[in-house]
Amino acid sequence: MADLGRAALVVSFGLSVYALVAGGVAAATGQRRLADSARRALIVCFGSTVVASVVLGAALVRHDFTFTYAAAHTSRDLNWMYSLTAFWGGQEGSLLLWLLVLTGYAAIAVSLNRKLLQDLVVWVVPVIGAIATFFSFMLVAVSSPFGTQQRVVDGAGLVPSLQNPYMVAHPPMLYLGYVGLSIPFAFAAGALLSGHTDERWIIATRRWTLVAWMCLGFGQILGSHWAYEEVGWGGYFAWDPVENAALMPWLAATAFLHSVMIQERKGMLRVWNMVLVALSFGLSVFGTFLTRSGVVNSIHSFAKSSIGGWFLGFVVLTTLFSTALIIWRIPLLKARTKLESPLSREAAFLYNNLFLVAFCLTIFWGEIFPILTQIFQGHQSTIGRPYYDFFLRIFGLPLLLLMGIGPLIAWRRTSTRALVKTLRWPIITAVVSGVLLVFAGAGSSTPGLVAYTFSSFVLATIAVELVRGTRATGSLFELVSRNRRRYGGYIVHASIVLLAVGIAGSSVYQTTRDIALAPGQSVTVNGYTMKYVRLQQTQEISQTDSTLVRKAVLELSGRAHGTMLTGQNLSTQLGPSREVGIHTNWLRAEDFYVIFDSTQGNKVLFQIFVKPLVNLIWLAGFVFLLGSFIAMWPDGREQRRLVARLSLART
Amino acid sequence: MTSLIIAGVVAVMAVVAVAVPFLGAAGNDAAIDGPTAAVARRLALIEQRDYVLGALKDLEFDHRTGKVTDEDYRGLVGPLRRQAAEAIQALDAAMQSPTEE
Repeated sequence: MADLGRAALVVSFGLSVYALVAGGVAAATGQRRLADSARRALIVCFGSTVVASVVLGAALVRHDFTFTYAAAHTSRDLNWMYSLTAFWGGQEGSLLLWLLVLTGYAAIAVSLNRKLLQDLVVWVVPVIGAIATFFSFMLVAVSSPFGTQQRVVDGAGLVPSLQNPYMVAHPPMLYLGYVGLSIPFAFAAGALLSGHTDERWIIATRRWTLVAWMCLGFGQILGSHWAYEEVGWGGYFAWDPVENAALMPWLAATAFLHSVMIQERKGMLRVWNMVLVALSFGLSVFGTFLTRSGVVNSIHSFAKSSIGGWFLGFVVLTTLFSTALIIWRIPLLKARTKLESPLSREAAFLYNNLFLVAFCLTIFWGEIFPILTQIFQGHQSTIGRPYYDFFLRIFGLPLLLLMGIGPLIAWRRTSTRALVKTLRWPIITAVVSGVLLVFAGAGSSTPGLVAYTFSSFVLATIAVELVRGTRATGSLFELVSRNRRRYGGYIVHASIVLLAVGIAGSSVYQTTRDIALAPGQSVTVNGYTMKYVRLQQTQEISQTDSTLVRKAVLELSGRAHGTMLTGQNLSTQLGPSREVGIHTNWLRAEDFYVIFDSTQGNKVLFQIFVKPLVNLIWLAGFVFLLGSFIAMWPDGREQRRLVARLSLART
Repeated sequence: MTSLIIAGVVAVMAVVAVAVPFLGAAGNDAAIDGPTAAVARRLALIEQRDYVLGALKDLEFDHRTGKVTDEDYRGLVGPLRRQAAEAIQALDAAMQSPTEE
């Protein structure tokens, strides 16, 4: 079956090249038949990539160890779900997933818009064709998942830390996000290449951007939960290069989703929006380069591989292409109106954009710094957590504040008197919350106190907005359904508040304790009493591996009651891994978190964390999804407006 | 062998699907339906009109929700209405000229 997989990929490559070349010629010369043919090539390319994916998926689930990839990433004892997870557990499989998602998205996007945006779609096809050509070339010539070998008795298996339900969903979710950003990029490039830079490309791609942004955001929350539960270092986000790689395009896309509203309402920021779309896409490819190349050390990245250079070339080419295109079309992207006041909704969006992009570029600098020091100094210097934490506060706290102020400022301009009047309830709420928090002991951390106070301010503004809007329209349902994007956005803001409260609570207000305990000994941390009862040790032997499984049985009393386990697996084949013990106090949204660090004679060294409000982070993920769904819910009025504009213009 | 046969079928189907537009009637070879310069100008004017009408709508809503005081509202609504009238006039003028379509 490997032959079928290889052949399907060759077909995908051929179709991608055709979509690029024929699509480019058709767009330049205006030949409709050739353009239709190129568009069909892109759609059929999805079909052939599905065939290749089914072949690989079947090989993984059936444990067909004649496939080198299946032997390297699965084993007989792996169930079908984790066997399928191996699809994106290795480099070749994840490249195939990139191509599958890209061509799937492309097939839908060009089919949906082929009539209304025909003049743009003819240019979109060669742009997506170019991206698909790169990925299919990599899969055919550089890193094929269809390499074969003599059948072996058993495979190497999947790394234990990847055998987690969150890892089933996290990588595909990130890919849906990364790859999804190709579509707005292709439409923006299509608008620039065709010279038709009116609002249509924005309306056509807004939902694509929202889908990609939602997947990228939720994917990161899933990844954080995986790290928290499985990696066992006591945290959920470590500013790891690969984690940052997903955060950067998300920040750029967040900036775009805000600034695009200014273009739609005022015809402003037209160059800036093109830059943000290109930046989001460029960063998603750059993120893939970081993950694949092995140029930076990360727990997530694949081993050093030969594909890094190819990706770097693609990143450079994409950047040059986007920059040249935007510069070429600057005369078509002039703003149609001006910013009337620095105290207006438009200005608030602009400040939000500046903070988001500055934060994104700060992270980018932290990412490339090790690479630059390697090139220019011969050794790799990395930038640590304090750097990122510092800039998170510098940019994150003002962003949080702006999230509250922005919605309450009027469009065009607001007088100071009106602003003070509008903001009085949120300000009173924030001040009262701040004072109460100081009395509750939250004053031990200034950034934490500021984060909590700003969060209460934002929640109060959302409440004020909903109350006033409902009064003005007469119904909450009417209010939300008339502007789903705005009110879906407010729910997303509420999720960011939950996230901020969860991060502040579980980081600056957490309690940690390292202690070695012998069986029968206890320790009390923040009201939780933990007794180490005994150690359970078992040896698990398979045909290719031997694993020593050690589990400490713990008894809880005080603030929580019950038993919990924390342990360590020492595999001869896959190395050590940890199983952390987590007891959740749902009332406080708090976790009692225990790591089995090592043994010292009959004692076990435990790392204990009490993490207040950490569960709000996971709750934030679901609220974020809800808000995103409301914001992206199809709105027939937009499509009708577009049709009406075109038919009026052609009258 | 079966794999290669299936691969061959996939390749042939791909070629056929891509070739379909060339097998249709000659009428399908019309030029791509993009806006002419005149239509593009009209589209720009329609967008301009919609920006101003949208701004008026936003102003009304901001006033009703208390973000704009009565005094500010009175100062802002007049110029916006004038801009809306100008945008509509400019569009009407453009609608009189032919689109070349």
